Amino acid sequence: MALEQSFVGREYPPESVYEVGREKIREFAEAIGDPRPEYVDVEVARSLGYADVVAPPTFTTIVNLASINRIVNDPELGLDYSRMVHGDQSFTHHSPVVAGDRLEVTTTVESISRRAGNDFITLRAEIRTEAGDPRVTTKALLVVRDADEEQA
Amino acid sequence: MSEILGDSAASSEAGPAVAVGDQLPELKVHLTRADLVRYAGAALDFNPIHWNEAFAKGVGLPDVIAHGMLTMALAGRVVTDWGMGALVDYQARFTRPVVVPNDDTGALVELSGKVGAILDDGSIRVDLSAKFEGRAVLGKAIAIVRP
Repeated sequence: MALEQSFVGREYPPESVYEVGREKIREFAEAIGDPRPEYVDVEVARSLGYADVVAPPTFTTIVNLASINRIVNDPELGLDYSRMVHGDQSFTHHSPVVAGDRLEVTTTVESISRRAGNDFITLRAEIRTEAGDPRVTTKALLVVRDADEEQA
Repeated sequence: MSEILGDSAASSEAGPAVAVGDQLPELKVHLTRADLVRYAGAALDFNPIHWNEAFAKGVGLPDVIAHGMLTMALAGRVVTDWGMGALVDYQARFTRPVVVPNDDTGALVELSGKVGAILDDGSIRVDLSAKFEGRAVLGKAIAIVRP
């Protein structure tokens, strides 16, 4: 089933604030096997010039995923979540994410296309602090695999 | 998560000079089901294909698979462990799944990187590789490091 084309260009303003916590950064760093001192030790982070412990490069996957789920679960889009896979992902860092940051996410549907029976949707998320300072731009390409092909 | 860090022979005496073609120290990680559950909780990614075998098989996968974002994070460690600067831009394509068996050994993921280019502004482009069972699981995995 094709995705609803009218979603292209649609912008989803922030609906909540995500406050980055020291212990969440530690938990994420440990889950990727990378408890670097600047991720877990405030004194080390400050000695390196950060305001507080700094988040690993892919930490904002947490808010990115929440913004993706908000859109792909919109029934009007017509996306079969059970057939969706993550095609690719990028993170462009404008300034480091540190504990205490209060993040807001604005997500835009950049494109929707269909090739060889598979549907593709690209979402761009602008992650900023509540005060408007840009932190990270993420882009996700999601692929919805063809249902008919598998049944054949 | 058990892991083996490679030798960092190239980076010791010569200071921070970086040349195109330099290999970064490689990283080998055994991912177990417990690691996936832990990552799911940390990243708030509870898609059942990453922890529920029956569900994964029901949607056509061979077994539970690792989060693509976890593999991407591990490949990013090759860059951050290298210590040549801040990772300012990072992208990857998820080309094949890392299938994680329900045993104590888990799935071996082999991560490596090499310097692909020095950009005009002095930033370093690192081309990353992540392999499982000898095949690439990330495509076009590129990190830009600002010294």
